Amino acid sequence: MSNENILEKTALNIGFIPLTDCATLAIAKEKGFFEKYGLDVYLSREASWANIRDKLAYGVLDCAQMLATMPITSTLGIGGWKKDTVSSMVLGVNGNAITVSNNLYSELKDRDEGFDKVRPVTADALKAVIDKRKAQGKKPLTFAHVFPASTHNYFLRYWLASSGINPDTDLDLIVIPPPQMVKNLEADMVDGFCVGEPWNQFAVNSGIGHALITSYEIWNNAPEKVLGVNKEWAYNHPNTHKAVVKALIDAARWIDKPENRLETAEIVSRDEYINVPTDIIRGPLTGEYKYDPESKPVNFPDFNVFYKYTATFPWHSHAAWYMSQMIRWQDIPDSLDTRNIINDIFWVDFYREIVSEMGLDFPLANCKSEGTHRGSWSIDTKNGSLEMSSDLFFDDEIFTF
Amino acid sequence: MSKKLHVTIVDDDSSRAIILEKALKDAGYEVIAVLRSSDNLLMHIEQRQPDVIIVDLESPNRDSLESMRIVTQHNPKPIVMFTNDADNSMISEAINAGVSAYVVDGFNESRIQPIMNVAIARFREFQALRSELEKTKTSLEERKIIEKAKGIVMAQRQCNEDEAYQILRSLSMDNNKRIIEIAEQIVSITEALKQ
Repeated sequence: MSNENILEKTALNIGFIPLTDCATLAIAKEKGFFEKYGLDVYLSREASWANIRDKLAYGVLDCAQMLATMPITSTLGIGGWKKDTVSSMVLGVNGNAITVSNNLYSELKDRDEGFDKVRPVTADALKAVIDKRKAQGKKPLTFAHVFPASTHNYFLRYWLASSGINPDTDLDLIVIPPPQMVKNLEADMVDGFCVGEPWNQFAVNSGIGHALITSYEIWNNAPEKVLGVNKEWAYNHPNTHKAVVKALIDAARWIDKPENRLETAEIVSRDEYINVPTDIIRGPLTGEYKYDPESKPVNFPDFNVFYKYTATFPWHSHAAWYMSQMIRWQDIPDSLDTRNIINDIFWVDFYREIVSEMGLDFPLANCKSEGTHRGSWSIDTKNGSLEMSSDLFFDDEIFTF
Repeated sequence: MSKKLHVTIVDDDSSRAIILEKALKDAGYEVIAVLRSSDNLLMHIEQRQPDVIIVDLESPNRDSLESMRIVTQHNPKPIVMFTNDADNSMISEAINAGVSAYVVDGFNESRIQPIMNVAIARFREFQALRSELEKTKTSLEERKIIEKAKGIVMAQRQCNEDEAYQILRSLSMDNNKRIIEIAEQIVSITEALKQ
């Protein structure tokens, strides 16, 4: 075909939420990767995930940064308008944490002085505090996350439930927009939260909270944000869609070079992106994480990963785990054909086609076993193998799909 | 109306909020608070229990409001979202389909009363529909248990389905209990004996 590579559309409106992991989009724009592929992209900062979902569904946005769970919930019509949504690329893995207020932290310490000595920290001490408060007739603790069917919601629930805490009855779970988390923690309106950066580090560095566990520790290298596109748009704009993914893969590769991390932090901290001082963003992006206000940051090279370890590949086993949690907490019925739904939503073959055109390698499998790899390993690819990293759950669970 | 409806406004544009507040007061509503996006909306709702919430579509609080709709312990409230952005009016269909929120394109002072009326009416309709759905769901659940109990009676008494149902019915009348309660007892006893 003669028009094989012609872009169906060049001026694009792409939505994002001001969080550290909007970096892939910000860098693609600022470092000229969108331009390289003939795209003129306007990055539209959105106020809420609900707006992202609805604006993408209605074509106000061409593409959007979405929570890794959102293409599934949009497609199934959970919590909003039912609209077939697809994703051909992950925008970043890891990057969230669970932080508690100073008051709750001292209660946890009172129960068990050494509860956070060994990481990953379990919710056992929290369970003891909850039981004690119940016996004393005190009101339940309140924890916040960022959106009803969010990755944060499922990480938080997974962590709580593994210590026998029932997230639906033992505490109040509420939704608060990320930029308001720290203020609510400081005012003791919430006792803890699960949110993306920079908000955990902001709480810790301001001396008003303690990070207990990162999402990396709960499940190593799990997808956090993805590129979401509505299916109809994807069918009508295959070349444009490819160009967007190519630009974003270039950006992800650029960000994952250690020497570019500081500049990435500087760029995403700007007014038009997150609008906070670079100092707050820098730590996790440059491989340092601070759990407690009074302690030194620890070395945490993979707190945010954008490209390494096939981070951009939309693994079906990742999506399946999220769906298993949606079923577990009754956000979706257990009668759905998970395999078909995931096949329709996460376009692995399209990803392979795109990266082949870029001369890059890709995994041959759509799924891997989750929770079975510790440290570095390699996976079979078209050209040989690619380096992978851990995919352990903090409680040693194994998930296969 | 006998009691003035309590309204909370969430808007970062203070001059627009003032106009809105005045228009609402003129239309007979009591504006109990004008909040900014950064204020704690959930706490305000819990403490002050407004009857209606009016919020800018571009407020980050949309995600919190959306979760309130799902978490039943926080009383759902009618929500009116407004937008002055022409692009946003395109998504109003999506949000209106959710029915617990009602989106209006811009806020014309003279239209306040009808907008509020429609928003509240739609909300009540939605709540009624939801409780109806809950009821249907329960009766489906109940039917499943009754079917199971019937199966047990049929196997025990070597009788047909109609006869099994008659037995359940007479048990229910003799014991002055609902059929579902009898069915639940039969099912749970049988399952306990199996173990």
